[in-house]
Amino acid sequence: MTEACDVAIVGAGPAGMAAAVEIAGAGLSVVVLDEQPEPGGQIYRNISTNAANAPEINGILGPDYRRGEALARDFAENCDAGRIDYRRDATVWQVDDDLAIHLSRSGTASDLRARRIVVATGAMERPVPIPGWTLPGVMGAGAAQIMLKAAHAVPDGPVVLAGCGALLLLVGQQLLDAGAEVAALLETTRWSDYLAAAPMLPGALRGHAGLRKGIAMRRRIRQAGVPIHSGVSALSAVGTYRVEAVRFTQGGAVRALPLETLLLHQGVVPNTQLTRQVGCVHEWNAVQRCWRPVLDDWGNASVDGIAVAGDGGGIGGAEAAAVAGRIAGLETAHRLGKLSAAERDARAAPLRRELAGHLAIRPLLDTLFRPRDDMLAPADAETVVCRCEEVTAGAIRDAVALGATGPNQAKAYLRCGMGPCQGRFCGLTVAEIIAAETGLSMEETGYYRIRPPIKPVTLGELAGIDA
Amino acid sequence: MFRRLHDDARPTVTIHLDGEAIAARDGDTVAAAMLAAGIDRTRTTPVSGAPRLPFCMMGVCFDCLMEIDGLPNRQACMVRVRDGMQVRRQSGAREVAE
Repeated sequence: MTEACDVAIVGAGPAGMAAAVEIAGAGLSVVVLDEQPEPGGQIYRNISTNAANAPEINGILGPDYRRGEALARDFAENCDAGRIDYRRDATVWQVDDDLAIHLSRSGTASDLRARRIVVATGAMERPVPIPGWTLPGVMGAGAAQIMLKAAHAVPDGPVVLAGCGALLLLVGQQLLDAGAEVAALLETTRWSDYLAAAPMLPGALRGHAGLRKGIAMRRRIRQAGVPIHSGVSALSAVGTYRVEAVRFTQGGAVRALPLETLLLHQGVVPNTQLTRQVGCVHEWNAVQRCWRPVLDDWGNASVDGIAVAGDGGGIGGAEAAAVAGRIAGLETAHRLGKLSAAERDARAAPLRRELAGHLAIRPLLDTLFRPRDDMLAPADAETVVCRCEEVTAGAIRDAVALGATGPNQAKAYLRCGMGPCQGRFCGLTVAEIIAAETGLSMEETGYYRIRPPIKPVTLGELAGIDA
Repeated sequence: MFRRLHDDARPTVTIHLDGEAIAARDGDTVAAAMLAAGIDRTRTTPVSGAPRLPFCMMGVCFDCLMEIDGLPNRQACMVRVRDGMQVRRQSGAREVAE
């Protein structure tokens, strides 16, 4: 028999936790499904255990990380009181448009039917397709931060951070504080990016705390004696069996730095795998250079009964995500008859003001840290774009020359996007390359069709489901 | 490729990589334990046989696929270690799991 609940929430990061608390408070039955062993999502990973397990690291992770403690505590209290049914280690691999959810937990698959679903699947690091990025020793800056938060470990030997974005600076500073040997910070950000971002400064001053923090982080990295190279281009990871150096161009000169670990980053993008699989309409955000589900003011997506809260609906950061989660929670309570429209609106009004404050800095960040065009669509023909099937930028351009006008055709020609990650790591790049070649817009170029299961599920798990 | 900081109150557990004992911390994911143990690769790719290590650590890149307790193609960054766990590197393409 299929289990049922009023509301299912996918993801236990800030948006998912906040939505769950709000919905539980309205007296609805709520199940939270999360892939991780602890609540917090990636941003607040290990938030409920790090203070006890690793107090020094908890300190290094800073007040922005520890801000998650209050929400995690609130969430945990609701779980303990039986108001939230939190299921960790739960992987959702399919959602149907009649709101049936198919998931696996510890090798057992099951179904859950909800009256409404809040998708809070968050963000992922935007892929950084440069030559050599598949070599062992190269990984995401966010991935290294997860190693610090969850494994209490830092890169051994010289580490270089390269790319752009607030997280690049934050991880650089945290690794320094934790005693890692940060050899250099390579910024792709140019003077022209600063000039382009300057008009957004007055708006961003509403979120001036964030701005000040960014400037302070950069200063601390420099004061620690770490060289910061700005306006770099032609980044590549060099090595045979593992990365041995990073090569880059700065001011017309080619330089190389030896290293043990290269951490890449150029912002984060919504993880839209689930909203695409269920059939939600998505739109291209030309400023953030990513797709996001089309949502109304309450987070409702185009598929009836599905709302999206947090970075999965567009990048806004952890604090914005928690507020968006509460707003989606109020709407959910209203739709299920627990809150009048007037009450919902009254309670949402201060949250909307708070949300606007958190989002004030975004236009500046999005413009300043816009990835370079040649890192969105790598010029070098040999650069691997699809890590799973090892399809290169050159092969994709050849497919365009043969008549491929979109990612699904390229996939049929080349298998890109057909490997285990199902296009999560190549979809944006493949589309950017095709769009640059054909001159079509990203909307016209489109995106992969995402089919279930969106996570690996074994035949044994499928066979075990009660029909 | 990573080293542990001293600041860690979690107990140690032992897992096995291709039969060899590796020390991990309770609560680690298999991928984190591999990186902290400094191993050179967790798999080789089906297409070119190139070595890979975990890349994203959060379940999206699938570069950390390993055989864990007899089941191939598991995301090592999503599976927590357990004392006595048997982990194997994957070489090239894998069979479909039952």
